[in-house]
Amino acid sequence: MEKLNGLRCRECGRRYPGAPVHVCEFCFGPLEVDYRYDALRGVVTRESIAAGPPSMWRYKDLLPVDGDVAVGHHVGFTPLIRAQNLADELGCKEIWIKNDSVCHPSWSFKDRVVSVAVTKAREFGFDTVACASTGNLANSVAAHAAEGRLKSFIFIPADLEQGKILATLVYSPTLVAVHGTYDEVNRLCSEIADKYHWAFVNVNFRPYYSEGSKTYGFEIVEQLGWRTPGHIVVPCAGGSLITKIWKAIKELKTLGLIEGPMATKMHAAQALGCGPIVTMIKNDTDVLVPVRPNTIAKSLAIGNPADGYYAYKTAKETGGGGEHTTDEEIIEGMLLLARTEGIFTETAGGVTVAATKKLVEAGVIPRHESIVVCITGNGLKTPDALYGRLDAHVKIKPSLSAFDRALADLKSQTA
Amino acid sequence: MPVLVRIPTPLRSITKGQSEVQAKGDTVEGLVDDLDRQFPGLRERLVDESGELRRFINVYVNEEDIRFLQSKKTALRDGDQVSIVPAIAGGR
Repeated sequence: MEKLNGLRCRECGRRYPGAPVHVCEFCFGPLEVDYRYDALRGVVTRESIAAGPPSMWRYKDLLPVDGDVAVGHHVGFTPLIRAQNLADELGCKEIWIKNDSVCHPSWSFKDRVVSVAVTKAREFGFDTVACASTGNLANSVAAHAAEGRLKSFIFIPADLEQGKILATLVYSPTLVAVHGTYDEVNRLCSEIADKYHWAFVNVNFRPYYSEGSKTYGFEIVEQLGWRTPGHIVVPCAGGSLITKIWKAIKELKTLGLIEGPMATKMHAAQALGCGPIVTMIKNDTDVLVPVRPNTIAKSLAIGNPADGYYAYKTAKETGGGGEHTTDEEIIEGMLLLARTEGIFTETAGGVTVAATKKLVEAGVIPRHESIVVCITGNGLKTPDALYGRLDAHVKIKPSLSAFDRALADLKSQTA
Repeated sequence: MPVLVRIPTPLRSITKGQSEVQAKGDTVEGLVDDLDRQFPGLRERLVDESGELRRFINVYVNEEDIRFLQSKKTALRDGDQVSIVPAIAGGR
């Protein structure tokens, strides 16, 4: 089935053949994969998807992969969990957690984009993959490069959490720690990508890479029984995920796989210390003002988001909103999700939970409407954020009498 | 004020394939004028009809985003290095 028309500029519509390029030569707009939806309609059905593997590759027809999947065969199809305890706590009727903190193999939604990008890198004959990353992408690129027997160069801000550095180094990439912010790392990588013939997953492979995020949206709809939720709250860093979840819903609608109007409102969640997209939404302006990040949510610390403009447009187009969260609220959000649902997410997930709470309390999200909260990364990667917050535990000698005394003390404390 | 300007791939068809060029200007705005004199057509690729830098282009002076400086009014000195970089890249 011929499903791809190559690439197309999202701004001026100019067409390009399928190649590892990401920017329109004429207007600098982003290039996007152009699908032949006419050829896909009637071929991609609820039944054909259900017959696919229990991974993101059940949506392979809607991804820019022509041949065989090269790496990451088991990525995706993560749990969508009915979070009734959290809903009760927030006074809401219906909350779902889309839990990519357990995405195979590197514990974040980045495995979705990387498996597509690395598969394309192999298709185009590259022997080296690379990325600029705040951590999760670094983990995933290094892991999939190892699986694909490719060399990898991973560029990170030098002050990244130790957990994320370790969870990259274990796969033996070449890790380059840059003394600077993520935005500086990213700018450097744009220049390196222009000079070296490597597959930078989030630079020259960005049109393919970013398509992988759609599977997060496809899964939400399929797992809800081919229903679209009232609201989706999405953590925003570069701003790509929120636009691609919305694109996924639009594609399913185009293919006739969902009925009724597309009434989902898309909401952006960011940290107060790095919230340029939410600032655009709140100020209702399409001009992005870059910021210097200062937040514990390092995986969201992108002060100059590439898709900021489109993330803003997605929120506006769908009637959604956005909310900033302080570092204290982020930690409370992590603890709230852990306490109510038994899910340990990283700081970015704390941002999303905290933003959801604020959007509900502000009345932006009505309490009786269905909400999907996007949890995209694992808490075990960023324990640093909780050091000093969770030291209360009982220490005793190995004797029954010691335990009896400790238990009596606990009871008297809570009495 | 000669400064070194790094040209991204999409603009090299205008700079005759050169990835780095020398140009002059007291400010970024003046630099764009000089670039357009040397390489006609470059200006309209960098700025829109109202004279503002295009949405999908970022300009850096000595590695600093000019939006953190004085944007197109940012002053330039001899030996400065200017990078023109497509804005669309990155993501965690």
